[in-house]
Amino acid sequence: MTSSELNWDAIVIGGGHNGLVAAAMLAKSGRRVLLLEAGNEVGGAARTEEFAPGFRVSAVAHLLNRLHPDVVKTLELERHGLTIERGNFVPSVALSKNGPLTLHGAYGEVLTGASSAEQSAWKQLRAQLLRYAGVLKPFLSRRAPDLGNMSLAEMTGLGQTALALKRLGKEDMRDFLRVLLMNVYDLLDEQLSDDRLKGLLAFDATLGSHLGPRSPTSLLGLYYRLAGEIGGLAGAQVQPKGGMGAVVAAIRAAAEKAGVSIRHASPVARVIVEKGRAVGVVTQSGETLRAKTVVSAINPATTILDLVGPREVDTGFVRKVRNIRMKGDAAKLHLALDRPPQFPGVDAAGHKGRLVIAPSPDHVERAFNPSKYGAFSPEPVMEITLPSLVDASLAPCGACVLSAVVQYAPYALKEGWTAGKPLFLKAIMAQLEIYAPGIGATVRHAELLTPADIEARYRMPGHWHHGELQADQMLMSRPVSGWSGYDTPLEGLFLAGAGSHPGGGISGAPGLNAARRIIAMRA
Amino acid sequence: MKAWDAIVIGGGHNGLVNACYLQRAGLDVLVLEKNDWVGGAATSRELTPGFLYSNCSYVCSLFRPEIMRDLELPRFGLQVISYEGGAVFTRDGDYLANYRDHDAHRREFARFSKRDAEAYDRYSRDVTRQCRFIQPLLMRTAPDPTSFKPRDLGELLYLGKKFVGLSAEEMALTLRFWTMSISDFLDEYFETDVIKANFALSGIIGTALGPMSPGTAYVLLHHYMGEVDGSVGAWGYARGGMGAVTKALAASFKASGGTIRTGAEVDHVLIKKGKAKGVVLAGGEEIYGKLVVSNADVKRTFLKLVEEKELPEIFLRRVRNFKIRGSSGKVNIALDSLPEFPALPKDSPVYRADMHFTDSIERMERAYDDWKAGRWSADPFLDMMIPTTLDPTMAPPGKHFMSCFVQYAPPKIDGRDWTDADRDGFAESVISQIAQYSPGFRDRIVHMEVRTPREIEAEVGLTEGNIFQGELTFDQLLFNRPVPGYAQYRSPIGGLYMCGSSTHPGGGVMGAPGRNAAAEILRDLAKPTLHMSPAHDVI
Repeated sequence: MTSSELNWDAIVIGGGHNGLVAAAMLAKSGRRVLLLEAGNEVGGAARTEEFAPGFRVSAVAHLLNRLHPDVVKTLELERHGLTIERGNFVPSVALSKNGPLTLHGAYGEVLTGASSAEQSAWKQLRAQLLRYAGVLKPFLSRRAPDLGNMSLAEMTGLGQTALALKRLGKEDMRDFLRVLLMNVYDLLDEQLSDDRLKGLLAFDATLGSHLGPRSPTSLLGLYYRLAGEIGGLAGAQVQPKGGMGAVVAAIRAAAEKAGVSIRHASPVARVIVEKGRAVGVVTQSGETLRAKTVVSAINPATTILDLVGPREVDTGFVRKVRNIRMKGDAAKLHLALDRPPQFPGVDAAGHKGRLVIAPSPDHVERAFNPSKYGAFSPEPVMEITLPSLVDASLAPCGACVLSAVVQYAPYALKEGWTAGKPLFLKAIMAQLEIYAPGIGATVRHAELLTPADIEARYRMPGHWHHGELQADQMLMSRPVSGWSGYDTPLEGLFLAGAGSHPGGGISGAPGLNAARRIIAMRA
Repeated sequence: MKAWDAIVIGGGHNGLVNACYLQRAGLDVLVLEKNDWVGGAATSRELTPGFLYSNCSYVCSLFRPEIMRDLELPRFGLQVISYEGGAVFTRDGDYLANYRDHDAHRREFARFSKRDAEAYDRYSRDVTRQCRFIQPLLMRTAPDPTSFKPRDLGELLYLGKKFVGLSAEEMALTLRFWTMSISDFLDEYFETDVIKANFALSGIIGTALGPMSPGTAYVLLHHYMGEVDGSVGAWGYARGGMGAVTKALAASFKASGGTIRTGAEVDHVLIKKGKAKGVVLAGGEEIYGKLVVSNADVKRTFLKLVEEKELPEIFLRRVRNFKIRGSSGKVNIALDSLPEFPALPKDSPVYRADMHFTDSIERMERAYDDWKAGRWSADPFLDMMIPTTLDPTMAPPGKHFMSCFVQYAPPKIDGRDWTDADRDGFAESVISQIAQYSPGFRDRIVHMEVRTPREIEAEVGLTEGNIFQGELTFDQLLFNRPVPGYAQYRSPIGGLYMCGSSTHPGGGVMGAPGRNAAAEILRDLAKPTLHMSPAHDVI
């Protein structure tokens, strides 16, 4: 038997963090697992890469705020090099021409820079948001309920949610049900008055989705964020030492320890389907690899439409897959700077944190408007980190790395990104100059990754969450209705990427849940 | 001093429906209306000699046929003339017509896109199925999900059964439908701009949302409900304008012994020891009643007609947070002759239908961006019709009445009140749009009534000019409407009820809130409700 005919228990397509988690989990269950990564390195959009000589940065995701505790525990990531301590939590700073406002600790345990009335209003709102996000949190680590065909375990799960709701008390439960699908803008208006704080929350609620703060259901984005936790605290965030690549390295180490075979530079050409069953893959180099189970941790549309092919599945399913919305709106900016920039009024701890330019909810909404028509925001909103201040090894001595996620940059820019990119970069730099005067003159190298670049470089078509994360594409509708449980109409084929429930972010939850499903099915 | 069995504040269509049902149950009911005429937003008034305007609401589409039958409205003079579907004019001089006949409609789509014509069948089927779940909810009281009373549990069970009755596929579609934007929803079916615009308009009418806002797919259903009934009375002009609906209601009410007082503005509700005892009129006159029902919106009722100290803090907070932002205006025009639209063949049935000039979702959404920024739309969305093409009674021979529903118009301009100059600017945006498609249009205008949210609030009493008495977003639907904990037409004050569109199932000239409120009141009084038809399942 030659190696190419060697049979595996499971083949995992895609070595992003979810693929690694799924592979590690399956290997731990005793399966022989092969992971195929198209690039020369695993990690996908969670790599740390050199973008200018001596300057390294987290490729797309730059803050760790939702790595699922079950992933950390089950894969013993701390033994494999991941360290998260309370002391590493970084603040969020809402930048403003009138001086900054800062959320310290886990999503603003302490708020500074605001009036005392606003502080007490925030205390109440924060507690409420965390309480409500807490009700939704258990959904992250299990399959979305299958409404038509619920198992006893799923019924029990829903029952627990009902109980959690009841525990809120009558009035709180009523408020929960009222605001669940509300827009973030109106809720903030009801409870807060400081535009800087409202702007920051409006930004967080809409980050990574094609919604403005006034769009109904936008509050869900904030819940999603706050349902995540790191170091045991909801809403906390850290800048990982070594960049996001260090997190991936820990997961990779766990996977290898569990016995996963990892192959780089092995893009998959297609999934082999025999009698309605996925039985292996053919790589682009023509090699045939067979396995009992094929797990795809890449984009669901790519998986079904390109690797499987519409002929192998029914038209209704294909139509649903084609209809998954993925019009990414987030771009990523990397700057190699001669020296650390100065944001006036922000202290040293703030500079090591997350600096947000979103001066008011109206500003965020105005930034959103053009994206509806295929144009970028002339005054974009963004979250900025300066990772080399936390880990000096990321930049040459004295120099500085700036990493920013910038909105709104529609995937399908009308004028095309070749023409649009330099103009968008100019608009971003103009905003940065307002909040960090003089920064432009210190730029040694700038790299702007538009959604088109992110697609090309990280094989994430359209959207970094592998599908818009909105109410109608969440839970039982993710990736498509009827198939939210990681299985597909093809026996033996499973989806384990961010396109599956619960969705994107460096959580590992889709990979974890998919592996649990496969193990439960004895597939 | 006489004490009425029930006093209804406000003679809008829901107040009258409510009063009719209560009177027919044997109660002695008084309706108080601040204007010198009844009807609220469903009125016809002669503002210039010979022309009858449908001043606010303009089409009879959602009115529940069960109510029409129960209250014998045809016997009291209501005639509804159904009209042809409608049309959207395109900027290249063509138009897309809507025909009521499914096959004709499909052929018209094929003129623009064969693919879209095929998708139309799938679309109709999916939307109709959605109505199957939602339609029966209209005529039922929404349960309180936090309550463990047998009735609420029973009602929740009903909802659950209704829901479980759907296939898993339909369930998932229902959940998606409630949270999708009409634009995204239509993108899943159609490729042609004008066809999408044609359907999208039902998702935004009366709503402070754009077609790209999540939740607008539900608003489409709200408007679609009348259509799927397919019963006489659905989608038509009331002969004599929309005032004919409330006129028939008033006649039905009086025939069963009810009393209406017009020109009687209520200043506040009389409350003693936490119970409503009657009302005090603006002139100081006190009128006593065993119970009081308010047809006014929830903000007006509890922030203006009731003193703050009578209400629990949490209830007040929720009422204050109720979203009731106006989004539309109305321009009513008297014309000395029928305007011509060169795009249409002469004698086209489209003249007897509703006409639109917004031929893409993008234009609709941009019109909404103006609203968000606190100004009226520079390129507004119009729902325009000429009822006199089917009902000549509304204008002198050869002359015509034109009704233009206009969106978007914010309750405030850039944070300040509307001025007369603003109103004129708003009217001009409407006239100039029509004139682009109808040369010589301006010269035909004899008289015009322009209503921004300011005028709608001042005359009809709708807070911020919101025609639905509150936005139709999920946080304000079903058990959340008008506020959580009080979705059953009762209020924190004993004997004070709500029956307006602020309550479930919401706005439109539907009558369901008024009817459902009557059912709850009669339940509290332990009176039979045999004279009320249950909701019929039509699909």
